[in-house]
Amino acid sequence: MGWTRKDLLAMRDLDASEILLLVDTAATLQEIAGREIKKVPALRGKTIVNLFYENSTRTRTSFEIAGKWLSADVVNFSAGGSSASKGESFIDTAKNIAAMSPDVVVVRHSSAGAAELLARNLSCSIVNAGDGAHEHPTQALLDLLTIREHKGHFEGLSVAIVGDIAHSRVARSNIHGMRKLGMTVTVAGPPTVIPPFVQEMGVKVAYRLEDAIRDVDVIMMLRLQHERMTNGLIPSLREYSRYWGLTLDKLQAQARPDVLIMHPGPVNRGIELSPEVADGPYSVILDQVTKGVAVRMAVLFLLAGSKGAEQA
Amino acid sequence: MSLLIRNGRVVDPANSLDAVQDVLIAGGRIERVGRDLPPAAAATVLDATGKIVCPGFIDIHVHLREPGYEYKETVASGTRAAAAGGFTAVCCMANTRPVNDNRSITDYIRAKAAVEGVVRVYPIGAVTRGLGGEELAELAELAEAGCVAFSDDGKCIMNAALYRRAMEYTLPFGAPVISHAEDQHLSRGASMNEGVVSTELGVAGVPAAAEDIMVARDILLAELTGAHVHIAHLSTAGAVRLVRDAKARGVRVTAEVTPHHLLLTEDAVRSFDANAKMNPPLRSKHDAEVLLEALVDGTIDCVATDHAPHAGSEKEGEFDRAAFGIVGLETAVGLMLDRLVRPGALPLATLISRLSRDPARLLGLPGGHLAPGAPADLTILDPAAEWTVDPARFQSRSRNTPFGGWPVTGRPWKTIVGGGVVFE
Repeated sequence: MGWTRKDLLAMRDLDASEILLLVDTAATLQEIAGREIKKVPALRGKTIVNLFYENSTRTRTSFEIAGKWLSADVVNFSAGGSSASKGESFIDTAKNIAAMSPDVVVVRHSSAGAAELLARNLSCSIVNAGDGAHEHPTQALLDLLTIREHKGHFEGLSVAIVGDIAHSRVARSNIHGMRKLGMTVTVAGPPTVIPPFVQEMGVKVAYRLEDAIRDVDVIMMLRLQHERMTNGLIPSLREYSRYWGLTLDKLQAQARPDVLIMHPGPVNRGIELSPEVADGPYSVILDQVTKGVAVRMAVLFLLAGSKGAEQA
Repeated sequence: MSLLIRNGRVVDPANSLDAVQDVLIAGGRIERVGRDLPPAAAATVLDATGKIVCPGFIDIHVHLREPGYEYKETVASGTRAAAAGGFTAVCCMANTRPVNDNRSITDYIRAKAAVEGVVRVYPIGAVTRGLGGEELAELAELAEAGCVAFSDDGKCIMNAALYRRAMEYTLPFGAPVISHAEDQHLSRGASMNEGVVSTELGVAGVPAAAEDIMVARDILLAELTGAHVHIAHLSTAGAVRLVRDAKARGVRVTAEVTPHHLLLTEDAVRSFDANAKMNPPLRSKHDAEVLLEALVDGTIDCVATDHAPHAGSEKEGEFDRAAFGIVGLETAVGLMLDRLVRPGALPLATLISRLSRDPARLLGLPGGHLAPGAPADLTILDPAAEWTVDPARFQSRSRNTPFGGWPVTGRPWKTIVGGGVVFE
């Protein structure tokens, strides 16, 4: 099965074979990072616009490097210091950019559905680089690639996702992806950050960290946004860290010795992860970042590359 | 001018009539309803064979947007839309700019309606100045100027003490307060119903409890004050239960439901279509089923559209930033005939009653029945007409509907106000 979609919007849309195609393609592209000359001509003559309406260093840089290694022309557009700050609407800005004939627009926006909105309105390919609390499919794909590299397979693995599930696009994309690949998922956090009816997405819920991390293959810790405190969802960072922060003690007392610790970054050291855990032997956090470039190369290649290849 | 409507199926719930009869109109009023009235009696004869002749439909919840938002709708365009949708009268909400919180605005709306209005227009006055929820508007003067009810619709009056005083103060006017029941702390930031769909989409949701809490509060305040409280756009099963219990205890509470809360659920939001965004939001399938039951059994007194026109630019952007609300005047009757009456879920006579007799009684408006002497406001339906909802053809200035492209059987055939045909 080849890739047939115009856009990559959400893991919810994909079936298992499409997810595996993306992960497999990324796995083969990983070796480019090890070359002395990190450049292949796959997307030569293609234009990619990174349309970022929300701050992001890691994701934007990762997409930019991925595009450049594939020889595409990559243009970065961020909302600050642009027409958006002059009051132009998102959809107008996007239509103006589309009028310059890019092949792919990579979009990051604080509103859920922003990528769908562009996909409906623009004829170029759209990649969702995170839309509000909805989805972040390339993050889930890089997480999946990381897991497979370390565990060798997906089927039957168990994962705990810990933290602010309600506001996490990373959690949603991973839940969809992991469930489709036969993994079991437990989400855990204080009840105020567990969204209602989340069990209907096919996950279990735990309200104690100890229950969540016992005997799982992977622990994915989420970043706690500081504003959750002022919104009354948690009483204090101190209390959150005490009950939900993953420390070496808790890890060694409850988790399996071969557990993987993951985090989408940026890490709040000392809050959701103690430094010994973040930098310790279980952690694959930097490996996730490395795999991110390969995954984004795979996505850009499958969306923009195949058509060009047929013509050539 | 006289008009004889011959051979239609006349459905007049107020007079327990459902039979093929003729209706004779003279001097803007109903003259007679009966079998085989002589055609010579009328200047004009209208053959309504195969059609359904009803008392004129009344929509007690419409946003005409004038003054202030004429780019969305005007009295002229909104009343044309009403006529095209089979409505002979509308009540317009106070959230104009400036707000209809003083008599000069009420006078302006009525003057506009007298000159440009195609159907009857009854203004609803604001409860609080500027819809600020802090000080009462000059309610007595608004009543004198012709406001038929009071509402801060679009906003919930969170201060129970102030709302209590509004209910007490308006008691002598015989005009109810209309509640937009929404606990604004529970709904802060929300763009849709809180449930499994909002969880999957990562969109902030408002729980049904935000509505139920305020419906419960307003029922208690109605009990405390003896006032008539009307609950706008009921959308939850819990609110239905509260209204049903309150009515059984004799509390003066009434309620309305919109066609979209009967016909759509939160699933319509899955594509992030801003035309599925309204307040209150589309709820669960269970809520929609309970609302329909309540409309059939009379717990819910009437259907109202909450016609809320918005410009395209206010609906085309990011979902969480899009305006709340949809237009409803031109689709309500056809959709309910097709999706509720035709499959047998809602008896025709009940629908007609909930659109005519019941809203008229609720607000003490003229019309709503076809007894001799009543205003000659009639809606004639063609139950067999097949059509497709095409927003481009709306009379309304706005196009924000989630029903575009829906195939529909049944629609208004003619709308008659004061004996004159205003839509055909």
